Amino acid sequence: MAELTIAASEGITPQQNAPLLEVKDLKTYFPIKSGLFNRTVGYVKAVDGISLTLQAGETFGLVGESGSGKSTVGRSIIRLTEKTSGEVLYKGNDLYNMPEKELRHLRPKMQLIFQDPYSSLNPRVRVGDAIGEALLNHGLAPKEETRDRVLDVLQACGLSSYHIDRFPHEFSGGQRQRIGIARALILNPDLIIADEPVSALDVSIQAQIINLFRKLQMTRGLTYLFISHDLSVVEHLCSRIGVMYLGTMMETAPRDELFTHPLHPYTKALLSAVPVPIPRLKRERIVLKGDIPNPANPPAGCKFHTRCPYATDICRQLVPEFRHMGSEHYVACHLV
Amino acid sequence: MSSITGGLADTKQTAASPIRSSLWRQAFRRLRKNKLAMAGLAFIVFMFLVCFFGPLFSPYANNKINPAIMNQAPSFKHWLGTDLLGRDVLTRLLQAGRISLTVGIASMIISVIIGSILGAVAAYYRGIVDQIIMRIADLLLTIPSLPILFILGALLSEWKVPVEYRMYIVMLMLSFVGWPGLARLVRSQMLTIREREYMQAAIVLGLNDRRKLFNHMIPNIVPLLIVISTLSIGGAILSESVLSFFGLGVMPPTPTWGNMIDAANNLIDFEQHPWLWIPPGVAIFTTVIAINIFGDGLRDVLDPKQKK
Ligand SMILES: Nc1ncnc2c1ncn2[C@@H]1O[C@H](COP(=O)(O)OP(=O)(O)O)[C@@H](O)[C@H]1O
Ligand code: SF4
Ligand SMILES: [Mg+2]
Repeated sequence: MAELTIAASEGITPQQNAPLLEVKDLKTYFPIKSGLFNRTVGYVKAVDGISLTLQAGETFGLVGESGSGKSTVGRSIIRLTEKTSGEVLYKGNDLYNMPEKELRHLRPKMQLIFQDPYSSLNPRVRVGDAIGEALLNHGLAPKEETRDRVLDVLQACGLSSYHIDRFPHEFSGGQRQRIGIARALILNPDLIIADEPVSALDVSIQAQIINLFRKLQMTRGLTYLFISHDLSVVEHLCSRIGVMYLGTMMETAPRDELFTHPLHPYTKALLSAVPVPIPRLKRERIVLKGDIPNPANPPAGCKFHTRCPYATDICRQLVPEFRHMGSEHYVACHLV
Repeated sequence: MSSITGGLADTKQTAASPIRSSLWRQAFRRLRKNKLAMAGLAFIVFMFLVCFFGPLFSPYANNKINPAIMNQAPSFKHWLGTDLLGRDVLTRLLQAGRISLTVGIASMIISVIIGSILGAVAAYYRGIVDQIIMRIADLLLTIPSLPILFILGALLSEWKVPVEYRMYIVMLMLSFVGWPGLARLVRSQMLTIREREYMQAAIVLGLNDRRKLFNHMIPNIVPLLIVISTLSIGGAILSESVLSFFGLGVMPPTPTWGNMIDAANNLIDFEQHPWLWIPPGVAIFTTVIAINIFGDGLRDVLDPKQKK
């Protein structure tokens, strides 16, 4: 298996000491077309300058309300959606600056788990084929071995061997998400981006899938970029958490630091919405007023000022810097 | 294409993992339970057998003119009577069925081939190629097809195309008006499927273009194509009948259901010799209905999400 792993990353030269993933000032804008000639009249600034570094084995949770650009960050990292500017480095190699073919060979190393376990599986492809086809297509395993590899990964994901010949419509949402995870896992990826993998599932099933993610992380030392709109989902899974709002990172901190000493008003608001079984910390209840503004026309200054209970004049004019507050805690707010 | 479950399952079959039938077999099983669709299919098969083999058992030669027995009402000798040239109507009806069914199916096959290729090319290359193909298709789609067919038919008569070739030319004419709808369908279906999340998953997995096309896109288009092709046979048979009825399609003496009805194009024949037009009319009507019922049944059955 070791040599197969090398074969997959052939073509790129991993830089010594380079982090597994480095995102520098990533921007992804979607043009808004309108009128008779389909002219571009503006841009949806879905991702507006995100930087982030993931070391191998790390689990990073990306949270924020729906529409804050989390999915677009994940998709832009793996070039499922083309970025507008910035850099994405995988082991020091620029993913946006390599030939199509090389990128395709690198793809198995970076896998995405989709939010919707229904539409992300082809209804006409058997589970075994869906899971094993990439292995075959990349020549990562000989054909005779593929079936065993599929059976292994099915078991690792809590599915049964007889599921191999079934079609997706015969499974429940939770089982389908397990299939999606198995499809990614069989490729021995370095990085797994999970885009709200449980938000389409029943609450009772969510915990099972999160536990699966955690088990796989512990047994295989996976690196996660785990996206969620719900802080309580990433709480038990991620060692570091980033809070996004309107395409911008507002705060990143190690998990415990973030939960015990949130600095950004937006983070505090999100935290106060998380139900706490034991009131281990007194949280002021901050209710966010209004909706998330239109990312095509974000507020000037601090993007959060239209909803921030502490906003002052400076907030409306000046963009707060993303500052290091010590112990790996970064925040973008004039108040702190 | 390489299949893990199919190929390898054969050797490793156990009680716990029996080979599960393919989606096609499951669909076929559901089809067999759909009584209406099966009745439609049975009728189509019956029509085929009777039209293609029936004339072999007829004592009357096709197109044999016999003025002595013209316009006879149905009898034991001539089950459906004779026409105004003394030909046996039943024998002609079956001969006509051969032509009408052949024209319908052949023109469907040609339009499916042209439509699928052009639709797929448009969806794949997009841009200017897409624009050109689709503008032509749109143009043909916006003009109702019957007027186009009438004009083409009139031109053929003007150019004095030999009667024996007209059947083939009618096939091409029907394909000419049939392909744009299919091209549009295939193109939009390909574009829809390309946006599906499982195609995005295929990109993330780094599958090559061939695998994406043959294992993911085509299998999702083929069922719809089968349904539409089946239904379009009915449409083609109808169009051919209308054309031939107006003397712009297949010409006598080659019989088709359409030009047989044309034999009763005056009030006297219409009223006094109903055996001239009722049999071909019923044949067209029942065949087209049977094809449509069967096509609808196929549509219901080819969706893998459907159980039972
Ligand atoms: N393909 C796209 N085309 C245009 N706008 C898009 C596209 N994808 C996302 N957006 C817009 O970008 C913003 C961020 O979307 P998304 O990344 O899906 O947010 P999140 O995952 O946090 O809910 C939204 O306003 C959304 O409407
Ligand atoms: S910068 Fe101002 S508006 Fe923005 S979060 Fe801080 S206090 Fe609120
Ligand atoms: Mg999202």
